[in-house]
Amino acid sequence: MIDVKGLKKQFGDQIVLDGIDVSIEKGEVICIVGPSGCGKSTFLRCLTHLEMPSSGQVFLDGEEITDKKIDDIRARMGMVFQHFNLFPNMTVRRNITLAPVQRKMMSQQEADAEAERLLTRIGLLEKADVYPSMLSGGQKQRIAIVRALAMNPEVLLFDEPTSALDPEMVGEVLQLMQDLAREGMTMIVVTHEMGFAREVANRVIFIDEGIIKEDEPPEEFFAHPKHPRLQDFLSKVL
Amino acid sequence: MSVSEKFYQAFLYNDRWVQYLRGVGTTLLVTVIALAIGIVIGTVVALVRTAHDQQREKRNPLLAAVNFILQIYVTVIRGTPMMVQLLIMAMVIFASSRNFTLVGALTLGINSGAYVSEIIRGGLMAVDSGQMEAGRSLGLNYISTMRFIIIPQAIKAVLPALGNEFIILLKDTSLITFIGGKELLYAAQGIMNRTYEAMFPLLIVAGMYLILVMIFTWLLGRFERKLRESDRR
Repeated sequence: MIDVKGLKKQFGDQIVLDGIDVSIEKGEVICIVGPSGCGKSTFLRCLTHLEMPSSGQVFLDGEEITDKKIDDIRARMGMVFQHFNLFPNMTVRRNITLAPVQRKMMSQQEADAEAERLLTRIGLLEKADVYPSMLSGGQKQRIAIVRALAMNPEVLLFDEPTSALDPEMVGEVLQLMQDLAREGMTMIVVTHEMGFAREVANRVIFIDEGIIKEDEPPEEFFAHPKHPRLQDFLSKVL
Repeated sequence: MSVSEKFYQAFLYNDRWVQYLRGVGTTLLVTVIALAIGIVIGTVVALVRTAHDQQREKRNPLLAAVNFILQIYVTVIRGTPMMVQLLIMAMVIFASSRNFTLVGALTLGINSGAYVSEIIRGGLMAVDSGQMEAGRSLGLNYISTMRFIIIPQAIKAVLPALGNEFIILLKDTSLITFIGGKELLYAAQGIMNRTYEAMFPLLIVAGMYLILVMIFTWLLGRFERKLRESDRR
């Protein structure tokens, strides 16, 4: 479903990604881990051109992602950010319905109904008409996920979705993500939550020094790490 | 002549207060016209310059050219005195025009536009970059993201600075007196020339400006409070 070929990214002289090749199938949940600054967030952001790749190609369903049709591509790839990035000038309802309505995927009524359905699902229907400043971090992130879901995306990308949360709120966000994974949503998750990677992921990818050093199912990844850098990394985080 | 007689002469005699009021009318008219011009120019300039600065890898040459011209505009306007700009407009560019008030309003508007553009540009840049990323990631294009997400947040942030600029603009209308615009200070000058008394006409004018600015500030405060209602609830 997503094919990445020879993806490289440089910031000035600094090489952040040094040739990433990976294929992701529909319905897979991929967790990407690695030391900070290893390029895992940059990799995720390159997929939807939030960062422009320096070279290499990314394909979505066999179609190469280019800047020209990037808005249409992004509408099919949901993105969830570390800092939620809800729009503070809009109610929760409008946060969720803005893009589907503006992109003419739904009428305002249809989008409102969909927003209410999604909010009911996460138990936050009563927050539909409040502004984001009134929400807790966990609530904000769950609503950010719902906002991405309202576009009915083919894949969801998560950029460290729990890193900015207070510890007691991490669980509710991970729970929602796990539910989505069970329903067959394709997900690429950059995370430090090793428990989540172990429980939910189909494959865990270790990025270090700008390349993929390990790409294994979680059992193998955590029980028998092959690469010395990964062994070292796991010994620090587990 | 006693103080009360001086005041009588400066304000009431021959219905002179009507002249001040006419001056206030012109001042307000000039302010409104200049304000409108300033906001339109300032917004357009700010949006173009921000769009230019936010480009990535490949640069649009047309946008670069327009940006360069706009930068010159801002530099020249901010780098020369308002009074000199007024005189150039009235005595060089529109030398044949007798409508000094309108020339004055136009000059003030063009002047204000340069300052307003920098204020708005600052506001646009101050909005967290994650907001643009979130909007674009939902498949909204640049213009929609600006319109629904970035600009509304920027306006709220720059309102105090804009209010300040508008107050300066209101008071700067007094300068068009010197190119013959018949505004508030012009009325006072006329009366001073006839009575050979400066104190009361100038005090009256100062008081009227003060009242205008206070009304303006009050209106702005109300507007700000209204915008802020969306923050809490």
